[in-house]
Amino acid sequence: MHHDLTPPITEAQARELKVGDTATLDGALYGIRDLSLIHMFDKGRRTRFDMKGHAVLHTAPNVRKVPGSNENPAGYASICVGTTTSARMERFTRPLMTREGVRLVIGKGGMGPATLAAFKELGGAYLAVIGGAAALETTWIEAIDDVDLDDLNPESLWKFRVKGFGPLLVAMDSHGGSVYDQVNKQAVDRRASALAAIGVKP
Amino acid sequence: MNAVKRLMVEPAAIEEAAKLLYIRALKLLPDDIKQGFTRLDAGETGATAKSVLATMIENIRVAEKTENLLCQDTGIPIYNVLIGREVEVDGSALKAAIRRGVERATKEHPLRSSIVHPLTRANEQTSCGALVPVINIDFTERERELRLEMVPKGSGSENGSFLKMAIPADGVDAIKAFVVDRVIEAGGKVCPPTIVGVGVGGTSDLCMHLAKVAATRALGSVCADPQGAVLEKELSQAVNSLGIGPQGLGGDSTSFAVHVELAATHITMNPVAVNIQCHSARRASATFTPGGVEIGF
Repeated sequence: MHHDLTPPITEAQARELKVGDTATLDGALYGIRDLSLIHMFDKGRRTRFDMKGHAVLHTAPNVRKVPGSNENPAGYASICVGTTTSARMERFTRPLMTREGVRLVIGKGGMGPATLAAFKELGGAYLAVIGGAAALETTWIEAIDDVDLDDLNPESLWKFRVKGFGPLLVAMDSHGGSVYDQVNKQAVDRRASALAAIGVKP
Repeated sequence: MNAVKRLMVEPAAIEEAAKLLYIRALKLLPDDIKQGFTRLDAGETGATAKSVLATMIENIRVAEKTENLLCQDTGIPIYNVLIGREVEVDGSALKAAIRRGVERATKEHPLRSSIVHPLTRANEQTSCGALVPVINIDFTERERELRLEMVPKGSGSENGSFLKMAIPADGVDAIKAFVVDRVIEAGGKVCPPTIVGVGVGGTSDLCMHLAKVAATRALGSVCADPQGAVLEKELSQAVNSLGIGPQGLGGDSTSFAVHVELAATHITMNPVAVNIQCHSARRASATFTPGGVEIGF
């Protein structure tokens, strides 16, 4: 099933997303990553952005400083916007949801049990974008509408305006489903035969 | 004996090349990697994996068409310098020139500076810092030739780096099991399909370095040691039977290849290292000869 999403979305909408579904995003998308999250949740900084019901993307873009305009309201033009490995951000999913009201996490490589538990309890989902396909991803970005915590540049808190962002694959849902868990379990199950086939004694 | 006219390489030329190579590497994938995608796509049986590979192949085309970066991660800049015989170059000036080239690429393109102080996490916005760019200097028998290779090593896959000081009693089985287990552990985090670089032997630091050399070698190249070449084939087969697939979302195409590099080791030691290269296996090179500078991969 495909979902066209224009956040903010409700908890019920987030729970409609099931592993294996696809989604495309329009409107606001917030860019977060290591340092912005460390500052928000370990160093007590707050953002002026209202992320309630919104989606976050694990990213730090390549940007060019430009004069502020209707086209580039934040004074930044995006050169290349892609996605970073999500696993490093594992411990921040729950506080992003409880404190900031975030519903969707977009990233690559998947996340772990703490994130899956937060999705189940609070209603959220992880949408996989193809990592390393940033030239393509950049074409889905209309503008950088705003930026906060910009002293952390490039690890600022970015507010992108996106159109047709995707297709994204629902890879973790609020019903305990995780493509990454399935793939990992399969790989662990196949390990012994993979090693036996190349002469490794058990 | 006739005196051979030496090749003089000026720091200014190195600086220009260092700048150009960083930007070029971020935008254009080498042909061997593109062919690797074609090969994986032809053999892939999973529907999701097929569509993931198609998106990656489209991205290569979009990056070329829009002259944009393949990936937003500008990586850790690594320069491998191979100096031939009868080459005259000021080594200290060469290192400074590479650094200036990196800084200029970052400011003039501009590129995201991905380099921070390891303790303060302060970003100087130059893609430089203490001992970064990484510069490896080696020598070759080739006459009047200096080769500069640039590798912007992506961090998602660099975080997939592992070392085990196995013991002789564990044998080659320990090496094989370690590689397979680390590929399972890395899963989708290292942006598969990958090139799995494996270092075997040496000291701990040499072993890690060999893994990086293996991970950044061109597809189609084979380990110079015959036993190493056999190990490459076996491990490629093993990791691609795990079903991890592109982006760790399942499928046949977990790795383009496993590459192995060897060094002799100590009678008490059996070290094995893994360094992974993501599918955006970027590199660029400049070769200085008396005929001029040739830019390639």
